Amino acid sequence: MRPVQVVTGRAVPLDRSDVDTDQIIPSDWLKRVERTGFGAGLFSEWRDDRNFVLNAPEFAGATILVAGPNFSTGSSREHAVWALMDYGFEAVVAPRFGDIFRINSTKQGLLPVQVEPDLGRRLLDAVSADPSLELTIDVARGTIEAPAAGLAGTFPLDEFTRERLLNGWDDIGLTMRHEDDIATYEGTRSGWMPTSAVRR
Amino acid sequence: MTTGTARTLSEKVWDRHVVSSAEGEPDLLFVDLHLVHEVTSPQAFDGLRLAGRTVRHPELTVATADHNVPTTGLDQPVADPVSAKQLEVLASNCAEFGITCYPMGNANQGIVHIIGPELGLTLPGMTVVCGDSHTSTHGAFGALAFGIGTSEVEHVLATQTIPQPRPSTMAVEVDGALPAGVTAKDVVLAIIGKIGTGGGIGYVIEYRGPAIRALSMEGRMTVCNMSIEAGARAGMIAPDDVTFSYVEGRPHAPTGARWEEALSDWRSLVTDDEANFDKTVRLDAASLSPHVTWGTNPSQVVAIGGSVPDPDEFADPAVREAAARALEYMGLSAGTPMHEIAVDTVFIGSCTNSRIEDLREAAGVLEGRHVHRGLRALVVPGSHRVKSQAESEGLDKVFVAAGFEWREPGCSMCLAMNPDKLSVGERCASTSNRNFEGRQGRGGRTHLVSPAVAAATAVVGRFAAPDELP
Repeated sequence: MRPVQVVTGRAVPLDRSDVDTDQIIPSDWLKRVERTGFGAGLFSEWRDDRNFVLNAPEFAGATILVAGPNFSTGSSREHAVWALMDYGFEAVVAPRFGDIFRINSTKQGLLPVQVEPDLGRRLLDAVSADPSLELTIDVARGTIEAPAAGLAGTFPLDEFTRERLLNGWDDIGLTMRHEDDIATYEGTRSGWMPTSAVRR
Repeated sequence: MTTGTARTLSEKVWDRHVVSSAEGEPDLLFVDLHLVHEVTSPQAFDGLRLAGRTVRHPELTVATADHNVPTTGLDQPVADPVSAKQLEVLASNCAEFGITCYPMGNANQGIVHIIGPELGLTLPGMTVVCGDSHTSTHGAFGALAFGIGTSEVEHVLATQTIPQPRPSTMAVEVDGALPAGVTAKDVVLAIIGKIGTGGGIGYVIEYRGPAIRALSMEGRMTVCNMSIEAGARAGMIAPDDVTFSYVEGRPHAPTGARWEEALSDWRSLVTDDEANFDKTVRLDAASLSPHVTWGTNPSQVVAIGGSVPDPDEFADPAVREAAARALEYMGLSAGTPMHEIAVDTVFIGSCTNSRIEDLREAAGVLEGRHVHRGLRALVVPGSHRVKSQAESEGLDKVFVAAGFEWREPGCSMCLAMNPDKLSVGERCASTSNRNFEGRQGRGGRTHLVSPAVAAATAVVGRFAAPDELP
């Protein structure tokens, strides 16, 4: 993962609630065995509607997606994160995210910026009214700001995840610092625990 | 959060899996069982290869092919070359890393959340993960089971552990007894209707109360399966004699002295009387009736005797707008009684409702009856073992005589990654778990129901409960 410190850019307003991961990347795209090339599948069914916000020329090149509540609920598909990043998004702003998506995002360096519902609403309105509005998300400070619209807020990030994002650390490498603990734990597991060895 | 020494079930299972714990870091949990399927694993195996890593515990890892597999013509090559490649890649990755894999056609193959329990790989008090959000299913055994993404799949393969922030705890208490004809599916749909698609985010749910205790293991799995549709990664039910008798004698379940040892351990897996939940939700089982979804997320649900709601009834603007958009997508008008809505297709299957009891429930309704003229109906058993069991009971003959297609096991029309899909505008009564736009095929319209309602609906051609059949 590449380090992520500050994301600054224009945003696209996706003014819908309950945008599930099946919408973010429809299941047909999940047959691929690669990790790249999912941008073309991002919201692919909605993008066929030429009035869909992602097709609006004034939002082309935006790097931040601002969405309604319960963004990314549903399936565990990390493909949703790959699709958003491959398309060019570096952060998603919403009042609430699906748990699995949120974790998947931070593993890849896509920022899940969870804001208060009121700020989420104001950001959607401000971005819709002014597609050139610039947003700045600061990982170290845990802040999101749109100075031209007079909007600012904070978002939660546990210290561990913050450090991982800022430094671009590999999760597996971090865990293997605890290899002794893992080995100790393995020695304490109950004898009745099953294995894949066929018993009958 | 519980204070003192009293703990909830999920806290007990969590605590016994903590490998390391440090201030300012998520707990590192040991994973007892890692289930793998073809869709969310290829990039994880690639990651291992790139970094020169191995699978730490191949014997705690089991793979099967389920999402892509066709449900007809298993003796033929898979027609879709992209699906075929993904299935081949699963087999070759498993061979390379020494993982047991049950491919298409294998006697142990089936939907990953069906085979774990039926093989006795899922046991009380375990941690179970899988790159699939419906891993919550295994919580029905008092296991802590949750879905993970592909990066986490790679992490678990490499380390057999997973770093996790400690979740909050929620009790869903279902009091009283279910009326006749009301099933586990109706219970969980009612719960999701009550707490919403985001209500469980950040929580592990423990389902409790007499109505939950009265459910079979199959019913409990149906309830836990859909925890994620309320936003909760995990749902759990304390193990009891129903659990133990389901588990005993299964291929990977312990035997002899090990069984006795396990049993005494498992009996301790209950929430202590003094323990507190961060949130409690109550439901009266006696007030429930069969449920049907009308919209494009599982919280958009009504009793079968109800009508399509008017979006203006909803106070929250986001909910109101979502309802209006859902009605447009679903081609429904506010006020239409659910009983008047005609369906084109009925699908019985998925990790929610494709176990033997689900098939018995549907076949019981279909016995001596026939599906409505012109209606497409298919039943997709969750695994080869379920299929064989059903055939030994003659259920396949009941389905076929009623006009259903009797298929081979897989995820099938739940998510339309194989050839079983809805076409644009096609309306389906489905026993699956997600009514999202396009979930069962682009433009398809999904209504989630129980197997009993699916069967009755197939007969009438419109939404119906079994007790309404002539």
